[in-house]
Amino acid sequence: MVYSGKKASEGGDAPVEPRIGVFICHCGTNIAGSLDVVAVKEYALTLPHVVVSENYAYMCSTPGQNMIHDAIEKDHLTGVVVAACTPRLHEPTFRTATANGGLNPFRFEMANIRDQGSWVHMHDWDGGTEKAKDAVRIAVAKATMLEDLYPMAVPVEHRAMVVGAGVAGIQTSMDLAKAGIETYLIEKEPTIGGRMSQLDKTFPTLDCSQCILSPKMAEAGRMPGIRLFTLAEVESVEGYIGNFDVTIRRHARGVLTPDEAAAKGIVGGGCTGCGDCSQVCPVVRPNTWEFGMAPRKAIYIQHAQVVPLIYTIDFDACVKCGLCETACGTKKAIDLNMEDELFTVKVGTVILATGYETFPIEEKSEWGYKLYDNVISSLEFERLICASGPTIGHLVRPSDGETPMSVGFVLCAGSRDNTGIGKPYCSRFCCMYSLKHAHQVIEKIPGCKAYLFYMDIRSFGKAYEEFYYRIQHEGAKFIRGRVAQIQELPNKNLLVIAEDTLLGMPVEIEVDLVVLAAAVQPTAETEVVRRLFGVSCSADKWLLEAHPKLDPCGTTTAGVYLAGVCQGPKDIPDTVAQAEGAASAASIPIHSGQVELEPYYAQCVEALCAGCGMCVGQCPYSALSMIVNDDGRTVMTVTAAKCKGCGTCGGFCPGGAIRMQHFTSPQILAQIDAFFLGGEQ
Amino acid sequence: MADEWKPKIIGIICNWCSYAGADGAGSARTQYPPDVRIVRVMCTGRIDTLFVLKAFADGADGVLVSGCHFGDCHYLAGNYKAAKRMFLVKSVMQNMGLEHRRFRMTFVSASEGAKWAVVINDVINTVKEIGPSPIAAERKRRGL
Repeated sequence: MVYSGKKASEGGDAPVEPRIGVFICHCGTNIAGSLDVVAVKEYALTLPHVVVSENYAYMCSTPGQNMIHDAIEKDHLTGVVVAACTPRLHEPTFRTATANGGLNPFRFEMANIRDQGSWVHMHDWDGGTEKAKDAVRIAVAKATMLEDLYPMAVPVEHRAMVVGAGVAGIQTSMDLAKAGIETYLIEKEPTIGGRMSQLDKTFPTLDCSQCILSPKMAEAGRMPGIRLFTLAEVESVEGYIGNFDVTIRRHARGVLTPDEAAAKGIVGGGCTGCGDCSQVCPVVRPNTWEFGMAPRKAIYIQHAQVVPLIYTIDFDACVKCGLCETACGTKKAIDLNMEDELFTVKVGTVILATGYETFPIEEKSEWGYKLYDNVISSLEFERLICASGPTIGHLVRPSDGETPMSVGFVLCAGSRDNTGIGKPYCSRFCCMYSLKHAHQVIEKIPGCKAYLFYMDIRSFGKAYEEFYYRIQHEGAKFIRGRVAQIQELPNKNLLVIAEDTLLGMPVEIEVDLVVLAAAVQPTAETEVVRRLFGVSCSADKWLLEAHPKLDPCGTTTAGVYLAGVCQGPKDIPDTVAQAEGAASAASIPIHSGQVELEPYYAQCVEALCAGCGMCVGQCPYSALSMIVNDDGRTVMTVTAAKCKGCGTCGGFCPGGAIRMQHFTSPQILAQIDAFFLGGEQ
Repeated sequence: MADEWKPKIIGIICNWCSYAGADGAGSARTQYPPDVRIVRVMCTGRIDTLFVLKAFADGADGVLVSGCHFGDCHYLAGNYKAAKRMFLVKSVMQNMGLEHRRFRMTFVSASEGAKWAVVINDVINTVKEIGPSPIAAERKRRGL
């Protein structure tokens, strides 16, 4: 944000008697309906230094902002207090209004009388009014002591980083690279593609997932603007918007890329993806990418379309027999002694796109997942029905390899579940893919019956409702009710017991196969990455956006943005849309070339500093250091660009020698005194 | 008379977690009593033990400090450092004979609006159970 405020007392540093203007917002009836705004306005006039007090329906509107503007000019204000919603929403708005009136924007203070006032004391008119008066008094006390501050402009590194290379991360990286920003794309798996690459077809258009994703994967892999690192994870993060130093751990792959081989002087060497190594490898392991339904070797690629097409050694399984080295021959791509590699890159902005995993549905034991052979999860179904999957697209049931002639689909398997075992939220895309699954079994297996056990069908997207009608007409049976229990019969068929809430009677249906539309949850790595970047999460652990409606791609950590399901369940169209939004948001600081940091940094008052140095260890950002000043005394000094303004040093200094701008000790003590000791004239 | 006494409690809370959580309680219209007034700081690490003691010297019936959960601090570790200091406050209060339960440090995240309401209720009930601050009475007696 760019402010253009002038000094309050231009032309001289003589102390000016504070002149404060107070503006009480009604927020329609949000505030005025629950407390006496007129009484608060009149009360404000009794406070020391308050020269004008007004109330208005919507202070954030243009007329409201003009009232601030006009009062600053007419009444020569030195400080502005707006009692309204929360500074987390409208502090920037009113700072701009203050600056437009000719005052330094940091001479604005907000009293929160809505989010922490009228909204939480809706039925306590007197109590709410008293609290609002106190909030105004506390804010006025601070406003009388505010000073002119100037944001510090710092340059922004012309590079970005995207963590997670599913469809969200791929789209974001491609957009950034096309906008001329070199982008590091970090993926923990050996290949990019994420969950979408595991899907067969996509609703409602039924185009094959790989067909639309593979070209993007290939393009991302060869775009010069994208620096792709697979089998890599974020190790540590330092810095701030514009200047993040991110350390990446590249796990040992055991196989050299052609570039790496060339760097080692192996002419014409490096992995070409021929697969000779995998053929001779004697170690067989379950392919986790196929959910264990297919084998893979200790040296492997997850599937045919991987990007980059470089084999990977599973060092947990490898017996280091060396057969692969022999098979690789003159390419000399295999290095069985490769070790993890750490390197640090500097980037201006970061986008997190760490995706999702399925909730462990075996915890809902009544459905028998992992207990009964023929109860599978929706992602396992995707692999079984996919032409590139372990059964080449022939849907079979796990117990005997037979083609199922009836399939039960259990929706909300762990979603919308308030028992404490599942997830309380809607996973949003399960309804639609279950409709697609029903379509696929009806289409692929003539005579196969599809039963969908559902709570509600949420077909909210473009052309989704039409798809729902289509599946109804194709003959899928819809039973509205939650499945209470699944029992395995001696022939390995399954008895699905549910209540049909539309008929008001229990139903029992025997099926050959059950597919559980599992709830989704953030990946385990999301929690690690979020803490490294200092991003908050909501109660259900999805990453928290800066504002649910007005800033859905941003986070409260400046310079860090969100894309895709890591922010909350969403389908592919929404994921790609958010990815493009995040790319756009993340490119703004980079293309601006500089960002302004809030001037909340610490300062050392050298006259009070005893030089004990205890503050240095308090700073999490190494922003403090000890120097010898001009008088020959050892004192602390702050590197302002490193300081993030937490104030931990200022809260600790036993001599009171550290001044935290905008949160000085005199300002905070004035707020405390104003509450307890009154302040009426 | 006793029924009319309204405790004066101040909450010094961090911008990123507890203040956001308190706003979240508002968005959800979670109702709680209005006895706690709020001072916002960027991080609980900013809170000097003297701020808390000054509030009690001013006659506070209760003081609440609330920040992010451990490991969740916007500034990495400000809440750890604050928590260490706040133990000192408790110990000073005990030494001077002031009921230490008048002071409390809690951890409320940006998504825990419901928990914020529980904390506020709890703090108010505890302070009401203990009764008015003896310092406030002494200030009154001395005409301060």
